[in-house]
Amino acid sequence: MSMTRDTKVTYGLLALFGIFGPILFPDYTLSIAYLWMMVLMASTWDTLGGQMGYNSLGNITFFGVGMYVSAIVQVSFFYEGGGAEYTSAMGSIKPEFTQAEYFWGLGLGILAAGVVGLVLSVIFSSFMFGLRGPYFAIGSLGLAIAVAEVTITIDYVGGASGISMPLFPGDIEFRSTFFYILCFVLTIISHFLLRWLYSTQFGLAINAIRDDEDKAEAMGIPTLAYKRIGWAIPAFFMGCIGAVAGNMAGFIDKEVAYPIPTFGIFMVAMALLGGKGTLWGPVLGAIIFHVIKEATWTYLLNLQWVALGLILIINIVYFQQGIMGWLQAKYPERFGIVVDTSTVTDADGKEAT
Amino acid sequence: MSDPIIKVESVSKSYGGVKANVDITMGVERGSITGIIGPNGCGKTTLFNSIVGYHPIDSGSIQFDGQEISHLLVGDIARLGMLRTFQQTRIYGKMNCVDNMQISVSHRGDSKSSMFASRKGEIKDRAEHLLEFVGLYSKRNLISGDLSFGQQKLLEFAMALMNEPKVLLLDEPTAGINPTLINGLIDRLRRANEELGITLCVIEHNMRVIMNLASHIYCLANGHMLADGTPEELQNDQRVIDAYLGGH
Repeated sequence: MSMTRDTKVTYGLLALFGIFGPILFPDYTLSIAYLWMMVLMASTWDTLGGQMGYNSLGNITFFGVGMYVSAIVQVSFFYEGGGAEYTSAMGSIKPEFTQAEYFWGLGLGILAAGVVGLVLSVIFSSFMFGLRGPYFAIGSLGLAIAVAEVTITIDYVGGASGISMPLFPGDIEFRSTFFYILCFVLTIISHFLLRWLYSTQFGLAINAIRDDEDKAEAMGIPTLAYKRIGWAIPAFFMGCIGAVAGNMAGFIDKEVAYPIPTFGIFMVAMALLGGKGTLWGPVLGAIIFHVIKEATWTYLLNLQWVALGLILIINIVYFQQGIMGWLQAKYPERFGIVVDTSTVTDADGKEAT
Repeated sequence: MSDPIIKVESVSKSYGGVKANVDITMGVERGSITGIIGPNGCGKTTLFNSIVGYHPIDSGSIQFDGQEISHLLVGDIARLGMLRTFQQTRIYGKMNCVDNMQISVSHRGDSKSSMFASRKGEIKDRAEHLLEFVGLYSKRNLISGDLSFGQQKLLEFAMALMNEPKVLLLDEPTAGINPTLINGLIDRLRRANEELGITLCVIEHNMRVIMNLASHIYCLANGHMLADGTPEELQNDQRVIDAYLGGH
């Protein structure tokens, strides 16, 4: 993975911010944690939506499922009475987990959340990838709504009344720092995994599917296999981050686990703002979006949704290709899109016109 | 025909009431360049689509390299080593030329790990070499959708070569290409056939091109096989002349 100087500087600045941000501004630790969570959501959404051209409105499904799976693992494996007794008490049972129990439970919970998300996405792939364009978008949105509704019928996870997550065995500052590190690390792992993937044949294959799926099929690319993986990766990370988010929230129910009109839409909006189909677009979009969102929530209360709506409208009307796409169109040579003048002629002495 | 790599026997295909192909029988000799001609709407592209598995055929049999393929899907047939290019050029428009080439490698015998193979080294060298072969080397880093129509057509041809197919079906390779470039393309088609050993089956309206290129030509009219033979035989066949000059 070779990097340009600009890329190294960018990584350096982001790393400095990631490490020293919460130290310098401890009050904002959780807000910055959510910033990394947004980066992860937008980036992994973009794998399917931007790089592969399948605009999913349902990636939030895996977030919610991951949250609940983690809760089940954390409670049932490490609480003697099991999940049913725990949830039926509606939060009145506050088991004292030892540190070892809590952290093992959380670790296993996050992993299980990712794996279940991944498995679920493979199941969805078997019938969802028959749909294209707006049908896939609406179909995936339907999945999110359906899964959310099914979740609240399951008494084991508290039904409609939700479930309290195990108490963190430590003080509040350590808690913030701990979850901050989880969000930051998960985002780093997902970013570099995607970065590597986009540099391989996999990246080209999903781009080819985006540009002309029938052609890709006609060239013998096993499109379904690529599409399956292209959804499984976002699903895995959305499951993991859902597990973390559930524990950060402390109490989960349908609204917390399946925030379709907020995070579910934000991740799409952020990728579009930064420039879909690029590695850095969703990162940039997520940072800008989150900062504006936090600022408007603080200084423009009651108008915050208007402000966000306005950004979306400006983005869609004037900058459809997003910030990175706009830069690429304006400065193509900075992106290596140049005619190679060093070779004026080909082997036949003729250039195609 | 001594050694046909494609054998089409009594293939029929209708779209509703329209009989696009009726009882078509033909063969493509291994290593040859075979032409298919016929007036617009005579069923040439439908025949191509049937061969590469775009749609199920109503009746008949299609064999590729001795294997029945009429029940296989497009991707399966492509992975056996038979590719087609499109009349309406189709490339991956938002990717640059090198990337278009690199993803066009053969997927025959792909393993899971090759899905995540690096793009450096041998694949990249071959991609650049073939871009040079079709005269697009200096434009290799441009976004392919920004190329002219003729260049896109050349790119599509190069992508097909990248795949190292046994058979390449070309649907009007010279349509929309400027006359000076056509000679270069004919030359490249012939070289692909001779040097790379790719069997070509070409649909073409440009008589000068097809008569120069093909060793054996089939002529379709109104969904039926009208005649076949060497270019000389067809040029002197009254039925073919009638078909082209408005017999139908």
